[in-house]
Amino acid sequence: MTIILQLLFTGIGIGAVYALVALGFVLIYRATNVVNFAQGQFAMLGGYCMVITTVDLGLPYWLGVVISLVVMALFGALFNLGVYYPLRHRSFLPVVISTIGASILITNLVLALYGPEPTTLPGMTDYPGISFGAVFLDAQYLVIIATTLALVILQYFFFEHTMVGKKMQAVSQDKEMASLLGINVTGMIMLTFTYSAVLGGIAGILVAPILFVSVGLGAQIALKAFAASIIGGFGDVPGAIVGGLLIGVAETLGAFYISVPYKDAFAFILLFAFLLIRPQGIFGEKIAQKA
Amino acid sequence: MKSGIKFLLWLAALIVAIGLALALPINGYLMNLLMQASTYAIAVLGMTIVLGYAGQINIAQAAFFGIGAYGVAIGTTTLGMAFFVSLLLGAVVALLFGIVLGGSTLKLGGHYLAMVTISFQEILTLVLTNWIGVSHGPDGISNIPRPHLGFLALDQSQHYLALCLVFLFVIAGLVAWLKSSRLGLSMQAVRDNELAAGVAGIDTNRVKIIAFAACAFLGGLGGGLFAGAFRYISPDQFSFDDSVVLLTMALLGGVDAAIGAVIGTALLILLPEWLRFLKQFYLAVYGLAVILIMIFMPQGIFGYVTRLFGRAPDLPSGAVAPLTLGASVATDRPILEVDGLSKHFGGLRAVDEVDLVIESGSVHALIGPNGSGKTTTLNLLSGIYRPTAGRIRLGGREVAGLAPHLLASAGMGRTFQNIRLFHSLTAFENVLIGSFRAGSGSDAKSRRARALAALDFVGMAARAAVVVSSLPYGHQRLVEIARALAANPTLLLLDEPAAGLNLTEKQNLVALLRRLRGHGLTILLIEHDMDLVEQVSDRITVLNFGRRIADGTPDEVLRHPDVVAAYLGEVGEDVIA
Repeated sequence: MTIILQLLFTGIGIGAVYALVALGFVLIYRATNVVNFAQGQFAMLGGYCMVITTVDLGLPYWLGVVISLVVMALFGALFNLGVYYPLRHRSFLPVVISTIGASILITNLVLALYGPEPTTLPGMTDYPGISFGAVFLDAQYLVIIATTLALVILQYFFFEHTMVGKKMQAVSQDKEMASLLGINVTGMIMLTFTYSAVLGGIAGILVAPILFVSVGLGAQIALKAFAASIIGGFGDVPGAIVGGLLIGVAETLGAFYISVPYKDAFAFILLFAFLLIRPQGIFGEKIAQKA
Repeated sequence: MKSGIKFLLWLAALIVAIGLALALPINGYLMNLLMQASTYAIAVLGMTIVLGYAGQINIAQAAFFGIGAYGVAIGTTTLGMAFFVSLLLGAVVALLFGIVLGGSTLKLGGHYLAMVTISFQEILTLVLTNWIGVSHGPDGISNIPRPHLGFLALDQSQHYLALCLVFLFVIAGLVAWLKSSRLGLSMQAVRDNELAAGVAGIDTNRVKIIAFAACAFLGGLGGGLFAGAFRYISPDQFSFDDSVVLLTMALLGGVDAAIGAVIGTALLILLPEWLRFLKQFYLAVYGLAVILIMIFMPQGIFGYVTRLFGRAPDLPSGAVAPLTLGASVATDRPILEVDGLSKHFGGLRAVDEVDLVIESGSVHALIGPNGSGKTTTLNLLSGIYRPTAGRIRLGGREVAGLAPHLLASAGMGRTFQNIRLFHSLTAFENVLIGSFRAGSGSDAKSRRARALAALDFVGMAARAAVVVSSLPYGHQRLVEIARALAANPTLLLLDEPAAGLNLTEKQNLVALLRRLRGHGLTILLIEHDMDLVEQVSDRITVLNFGRRIADGTPDEVLRHPDVVAAYLGEVGEDVIA
């Protein structure tokens, strides 16, 4: 029983990271109808920003976080200008391929500059964690879960109770109409990319102390986050979160009870199962075409 | 260019290539590059089919390549089988994986497919690395033997390269030929407009799965030859990065042409030699290249070149035959009988127990205010939606709930309110695809003649060789009608054919509809232009809020009080002011 609780806790912690990256996917997908295959690289870059600021430059943790997130915001804007904006009037496939190109570019630039060796990064606190009987709640996992929860609540209020949030929703539902109503569509999409990059960066900063910072970090997280958003129901915000948690728990349990080398395969097996049985995911994106 | 000349050129190039491979003193390093290029190119030709022709993404081509390579490696070393048997076996296993992956995901489209292929790629890498008993794990498999062809031993690299070149040329030739074949055109139709492809009679799922399976098979074949070329393979040669490289090769050269695949592969294999100064930034440059190609050269190098020189028209020669229409079932029985047809979207009853009878040889108009369920009815009749309830009989046969391509082959033809053509194909090719419907002209020659006849019927024969996206709007409408006519439909459904046409074009349309009626074709017409409706229709059915509110001759219906109320509002409510 204790062991299951312990595994569940770990699974939810890691799943929260997938959920954050999946949330970034979903936001960009809803605003632009494009799947951003470089979303995981946002997380990787966030991790490396922390390495540069706190390890290389020796800045304090919180200053490092602030600088990293500002850099990520700028990067998100740059990404929009370079990868999405020139292709905004084209069909789905060119844009997807362009984001795949961007993910290769980012990964290999970092690889060329930093090499393949993973770097360790300190957590937010030195405090080890809390023990509940035999179950140990690691501080970094608690930080991850709390941050994700806070961000989800914050995002809910942002979209439902602020004008900018409502404008962003309008753009995601009907760009043409939003534009006719005087909403700055280009600006809103820019904002979406910026926010998604920051979300990715936060995920990277949170997960870095657990998984190490390496160039492979992006792909590793992105694939699972993407699987999470399909399992939850593509384009659905609660779905992305539930899907992320589900995958985190599944792979933690799978690694413990079934096989460690195949740990990374469980997310995909779960994904295949969903695609076969319930392709619209838990919360169901409508898969229908219009004439 | 005539296909005979093309074939001779192809043969000459093959002979020259083999002659050079055998005669030139090629050093070991260059030999490796050439073998890598020729085997990769085979896999990239698979991408040409799936991504270029069918417009479906595959980011796991290196995985299929790896399956083929491990097929040869395990087959020849562990199992002691003959090289060519192992080669075929590996490619077939890749094909089967392709069918399973494609079959489970292609219905869902774009991003799902991208995700599933990436997942497959990752899982395969995990399996190859960890299933040590079979794959020898990260150490890989070495001492892979090369084949014997009868008395001819292909041990020597130059001989083996010649073998790879033969494979490459044959496959490139086949892939190039596929493009203008019936299957290839069907793939391009699916790529350009999947919905219209289905309504034009193409089994879109089947076509996509075939494309995906062919791509996987060619990936496996290329991989098997690769294993023989280098005699050593390991899991890291078939990673996600390599899939991206294969994808980039296809895009760079020109994704919808076989020659493009070969150009792209050759360039990206040789490029590292020229880009040596970039060292570790080399893959980053790849990524940048992908983005830049997408933005500035979406057709790739070969596409860019062909655009500069234009495209040779591919039309049947000789006199245009008159179009034969309407056919077979001129009985006194109604062509279409619809009983209690309903379609609910959640709580919304878009179509609510509609009855409709269309007499053979008549022009029947379906009218009603916006949102009254007209287009939904057409979508039900053409199989795009499945009815919630009700029966649809076409020529006495129950067809409710059939898929669009099955309805098309049952004789249902249609056009769309917002024109849906295969935008990158010519007018002739668009209409030719319409003629593919099962049973309409058995051989290729008569189908081509029929396609031209259909274009001529609507007055567009002179523009047959023009790519439809560059035609004016009114002409596009006519091409769409010709596409439906080429299938020789029993019933033609026209969804607002006059929308967006100017006065002259409308008059031409009226004349065209009358000529069609004169040929005995039965037509169901949705239209907002009441003048046009009155001029051409024999009967009118009126819908409002998804229900049928009137049915009869134009005189009866247009004076019916309910119809007047539906169009002008109830007298006494909002009119009096």
